[in-house]
This record gives sequence, C-alpha cells and structure tokens, in this order.
Amino acid sequence: MIKKIFFQSIFFSFLFFKEAFAAESGGMPQLNPEFWISQIFWLILTFGTMYVVLSKFILPKISNNLESRKSQILENIEAAEKQREDSEAKLKEYDEVILKSKSEAKTMFNQTREKALKDIIAKKEVLDQQIDDEINKAEKEIEVLRVSAPDKINKIAIETSSELLEKLIGSGVNSSSISAIVDDLSKRNGDKYYGN
Amino acid sequence: MAANPMSQFDVYRIGPEIKVGAFDISFTNASLFMIISTVSILLVFNLGSKRNSVLPNKMQLLAELSYTFVAKMISDTAGSKAKPYFAFIFSLFMFVLFCNMFGMIPYTFTVTSHIIVTFILASFIFIGVTIIGFIKHGFGYLKLFVPSGVPAVLLPLIVIIEIISYLSRPISLSVRLFANMMAGHTMMKVFGGFVISLGLVGGWLPLSFSVALTGLEILVAFLQAYVFAILTCIYLNDALNLHH
Repeated sequence: MIKKIFFQSIFFSFLFFKEAFAAESGGMPQLNPEFWISQIFWLILTFGTMYVVLSKFILPKISNNLESRKSQILENIEAAEKQREDSEAKLKEYDEVILKSKSEAKTMFNQTREKALKDIIAKKEVLDQQIDDEINKAEKEIEVLRVSAPDKINKIAIETSSELLEKLIGSGVNSSSISAIVDDLSKRNGDKYYGN
Repeated sequence: MAANPMSQFDVYRIGPEIKVGAFDISFTNASLFMIISTVSILLVFNLGSKRNSVLPNKMQLLAELSYTFVAKMISDTAGSKAKPYFAFIFSLFMFVLFCNMFGMIPYTFTVTSHIIVTFILASFIFIGVTIIGFIKHGFGYLKLFVPSGVPAVLLPLIVIIEIISYLSRPISLSVRLFANMMAGHTMMKVFGGFVISLGLVGGWLPLSFSVALTGLEILVAFLQAYVFAILTCIYLNDALNLHH
C-alpha cells in the first residue's frame, strides 16, 4: 500500500518536473551495462573475502564465546547448587548435633536429679534415724527421771519439813515419822501431779 | 543534474580504467561502497569477538545479538540441517544490511540499488540451493514440483506453475531488493527536490515528508535485508527438507 503510494508519487513527480522528464530520457543507470562486469567482479571479490574471513575467523570465535559463556554460567549454577546442597547437609548435621546434645543434656539432668533425690532420701533416713534415737534416748531419760522424781521430791520434802519443824518447834523431830507422813501424802496426791 | 532523482544511481570510475581481456573491472563508486561495507562488517564483528567476558561490552553484545538473531532465523525456517550454511546466510544478511544502511547516509551510493548486484547474489543463491537439493535428494528433488494431494486433472497445470515459480525465484528475490532500494531512494530525492523548488514558504511540508521517509527507509533497509536472508533460508529449507 505504502509502496504503491511511493510509486504513484514518483510517477507524478515525473509528470510535474521538467528535470524529471529529462532524467527519464536518460533511463535508469542500473540498466546501463557499462559497469556490470566491474560490479560483478568487485561484488564477488568483496563478498567472497568477507565470507571467508567471517566463516573462518570471526564467526567461530563468536560461537566459541557464546558457548564458553553458556558453559561457564551452567558451571556456576552447578557449583551454586552443589554449595547449596552442602550447606543444607551441614545444616542438617548441625540440627542433629543440637538435638543429640539436647537429649544428652536432658538425660544427664534427669540422672543428676535422681541421684540428688536418692542422696537426699538417704540422708533424710539417716537423720530420721538419728532423730528417732535421740528422741528415744531423751524419752528414756525422762522416764528414768520421772520414775526417780517422786523419791527425790519426797526426800526434799522430808528434809524441808524436818528443817521447818525444827525451826518451828525448836527441836529435832523424828525423821522417820516425817517421812511416813510425806510418803503417805505423796501417795495420796502423787497421782494428781504425775499422771499415770 | 542534481535535481535528477536517478543521478544518485550513476556508477562512475574512480581512478584509472582497469581491463582484464575484454572485461572492464575498473574501481568504481560501487566497488568503493562494497569495500566500505565489507570492511565495516569485518571491523564490527572482529571487535565484537575479540574479548570474551562473561558480561559483554557493547561491541560484543552487538556481535552476539546479531549472531543469535541470524542463528534463530535459520533454525526457525530451515531447521538444524541448515547449520553448515550459517556463515553464508550471516554474511549475506550483513552485506545487504550494511549496503542498505550505508546508502541511507546522504551523498553515498547504495550498492543494493543496482539490479546486477542483487541479481548476482540471488542467482548464486538459486544455483547453490538447486545444487544442494540435487545432491541431497538426487532426482527426487524434482518432487518439489509435484505437490501432494492435488487432483490428477490439475497436476500438469500445477507442475508448470511450480516450475515457473521456482525459476522466477532469483528474479523475484533480486528485483524485490533492487526495486525497494531504488524506489525509496528516488522518493527521498524527489521530496528533497520539492523542498528546494518550493523554497522557504512551501518547503516545510515536503521536508517533513522527507524526515518521515528517512525513518521509513531505514526500516525498509533493515526489512529488505531480513527478507532477503529469510527467503534464502526458505529456499534452503525446500532443498534440505523436501516436504511436497
């Protein structure tokens, strides 16, 4: 369509311009065979030289460059992939180590706790034993004291009352009669004070 | 003379007349621009292939993009069998492209605007493709002219049409490029002439046309080089992978 308009406008320009008419009378230089052989010769020479140089030297180099770049990029991608895999494996290993050490720590903690608990229980038992022994001893002493206490009290009471009587009356009183009274009193009241 | 829109296509001798036997092979402006195009192509692609860095510089990028562009074009149209002809098609595309583009610079000569140049290129392609076809398929290559699935009644007619279309390939290929280049450059010259003759008052309209045409012609220069190369690929495809 555009070409058609071109050709039409060329045609009209030939109509409108005298110089253009003059040109047409000269014809197209393309159809003048004067330099055809020369053009063919130089075309074959230049194009042939260019073809030989391009195909032998330049194009193989370009294709080589492209190939080497491609392979280099592929290599880099492969290396990156390998490194990624490596790092993933390392990460896994690290996770495993962490997990293992965690469980180890847990068992160790548990063991230590059990041991400590056992120790504590053992010590507690020993202590309990000791405490029980002490308590028993003390109870025995108390028992002894309690058993011996009324006699001592009676004795003191006899001494005190004999002294009191001596002071009150001014002469010694038969201690056997006093002890008889005290014994009698303590027997009567002893249960009141000492239980049992 | 300057207003003649065809004078830009004149071929003239540069330097002395060189004759080999009866043939005149003098150095002309056409030869000059062929050499300029070739040298530029070699320079650009030599610079573009010199260093090989993973991150290419501009020249390298240009060379590699052109390489992959042409390689993709060939593999898309002619398949993987066309790989041995890559260098030729690449050279062809670049030669036509650079000749077209150098022609877009004012006061230069457009090599591809001459029918003889494009015809030699096209007939070389035609002959080469035909030879390749016969080497690859023997006389089976003649099956190209007998399309499958055609009624027997129509077959003689179809075969004649196919043969004519095959034989007209070099003409259509060469005339397409030549006519496009010549028409475009003539158009630009004509509009340039309008600018001068209409002067300061009315010259602005054809000037703006001229500017638009320059853009269009640059597009055409690329497109025609591409079409030339891709048609070569299609012809090569016919010869390499016989489909009919």
